[in-house]
Amino acid sequence: MGYKAHTSNRPRVRDESYHEKDHLVVEGVDISGHWNRMYNAREITAYTPENIEKVTAVPGAESMGWCYQCAQCVGVCPVDASGGDYGPRKIFRRLQTGMDLFSSADMWLCTTCRHCLRVCPKEVDMMKIMPAARAAAVLEGTNVPDELQDMFRNVAEYGNPMGESARKRPKWTKDAGVDIQLLPKNSAPVDVLWFVGDFFAYHDRGRDAAKAMARVFDRLGVSFGILGKDEWTDGDSQQIAGEPGLYEMMAEHNIEQFGKYEFNKIVVSGPHAYNAIKHKYPAQGGTYDVDHYTQFLAAKLDEFKARLTKPFAKKVTFHDPCYLGRHNGEYEAPRNLLEAVPGLELVEMYRNRQMGYCCGGGGGGMWLDGFCADHVSERLSENRVREAVEVGADVLAVCCPYEVSRFEDAVKSTGNDGKLEVLDIIEILDQSME
Amino acid sequence: MRIIVPMKMVPDLVEDLELNDDGTGLDPDETEIKLNEFDDHALEEAICLKEAGGGSVTVIALDGEGVDKILYTALAKGADKVIKLTGPEPEEMDGNYGLAKLFAGAIADIPHDLVLTGVQGCDDRDGQIGPMVAAMLNEPTMSVVSALQVAGNTITLSKEYAGGVMGSFEIDTPAVLGIQAARQTPRYVPVSKVRQIQQSAKIDEIDVDDAADALSKVSAMAPPETGAGAEMLSGVDALVDILKQKGVLS
Repeated sequence: MGYKAHTSNRPRVRDESYHEKDHLVVEGVDISGHWNRMYNAREITAYTPENIEKVTAVPGAESMGWCYQCAQCVGVCPVDASGGDYGPRKIFRRLQTGMDLFSSADMWLCTTCRHCLRVCPKEVDMMKIMPAARAAAVLEGTNVPDELQDMFRNVAEYGNPMGESARKRPKWTKDAGVDIQLLPKNSAPVDVLWFVGDFFAYHDRGRDAAKAMARVFDRLGVSFGILGKDEWTDGDSQQIAGEPGLYEMMAEHNIEQFGKYEFNKIVVSGPHAYNAIKHKYPAQGGTYDVDHYTQFLAAKLDEFKARLTKPFAKKVTFHDPCYLGRHNGEYEAPRNLLEAVPGLELVEMYRNRQMGYCCGGGGGGMWLDGFCADHVSERLSENRVREAVEVGADVLAVCCPYEVSRFEDAVKSTGNDGKLEVLDIIEILDQSME
Repeated sequence: MRIIVPMKMVPDLVEDLELNDDGTGLDPDETEIKLNEFDDHALEEAICLKEAGGGSVTVIALDGEGVDKILYTALAKGADKVIKLTGPEPEEMDGNYGLAKLFAGAIADIPHDLVLTGVQGCDDRDGQIGPMVAAMLNEPTMSVVSALQVAGNTITLSKEYAGGVMGSFEIDTPAVLGIQAARQTPRYVPVSKVRQIQQSAKIDEIDVDDAADALSKVSAMAPPETGAGAEMLSGVDALVDILKQKGVLS
């Protein structure tokens, strides 16, 4: 081994950080000198457990205490990569050294992207810790960012985070160019109940994607209907952001609506709706066969591949949404759809599939842009857009309704306007399909 | 400080407004209603005052659609007592005079130091409920106020005038104040807390007389006529040309 022991001619450092006895005999062996050097208690053990215990006392947040600070999580934390000085290990260390999570910004920066859990040998699960700790904070009413409170209030009053009129939810259907069955008006059985989602219903660019979806379903002869004004937000982000009661209210309402109609399958536009309906709604009494739209369409690809005839001659990269990818293991359906488009060249970003980088919108981040801006050096979406430009993509393809708006803003704010187009996969399919 | 907050429901402006067949008001079947957001500020300010210096907060509202939920939410936020005025239908209220009279009648029987109302509502924007209640109770009043500070029986406050001019005043209690903005964003209370309160708390009820006849009636209501439209100018030169034509620049 290349290790070389200290030799006695090395000057001895005499300070209070360690003890070294000039003469010491242990069990008959003389270990005088630096061999018996004993360090004082190091800083790593000089902490008080109160702040950690305050977190681990919250049901669901127990695993915060399991961290042994290997810091693998920090290397993959998207918030840390955007200058956020963040990650579970850093939170744990700060808790040891006096930070109260309940009065710290650290409570709200986690996007629950699940990358830390993928690499954590101790299974410190921020996907459980954060919603639980935040729920306790929201219940106390302390230190909850105003932007997040506004979002909660909107959802409680209107059933959507924008605070838009419920009646106006199906307004986009009027100029979709195809007939869309509004189930509250026409309850005839359908094969697919399409859960449209807030951003597809209310956001301008989301509406483009919603119309594209309706046209694609129409061309493929899918029998589908939507809840229209009776659809409320899926509740996933509200639960993760710390308002479980609001999530339950949304889930109960949507399950009640689903119960009114006959359908075989729910198809959702967004990974958060997918996550909520698949994993959370069963506990509220609603169990459904649910597909993300990319899964639904990828399964039909053999039927309609021949109809993708119009070339889309662009270099496209795909952003894996955390809640479709890492949370639900679906990496191939979106790629299969893109690869079926003639002329389209799919290039991968460096961070793809399990290693995918978060857009910053998860875990309530969608409504914390202003708050987070004070704690990061760039938006996570800006970090991601730079990567897409770096791999030479003309188009950043997405399949999460949060992302078109996030990435389009980031394209502009990073000075890449005109260089990178952001499109939902369904928009690309719509353009390519006969 | 014993504080009373009268609250009223107003049309929700996220919906398109539809007129009734007579053209004298909004069509109640097509109108969603919600709590007047300025009243939410009045409640927030009242709770902040209580948290800072003790006392109690009582909320009163005229019974109607959605009012129970508003009152339970007020309790969950920190109000001590909520009262529903029952009897008249909200649709019978024509203008604020009748409502002010119902509020004043109820408040007169409740010992108080302060009455905080929202400065105005989005329905008529006349900002008169506070001043009318004050007149009926024979108490001093100020409107468009914020930054309340309590010292004994004296309240120091800021009042905003046109042009952004602020005035600082002292007013003795009891008094009626029209709150422009609370010292902090009205707090959000989690659904679980409201649901919990709903199961344990009680809404007091006071039967009141029918609403007083309105002093004024709406004779016609119509959406504003669409104008000829604006001309979009591109570039500063176009603007300079127009200013020259108008004689603003030479």
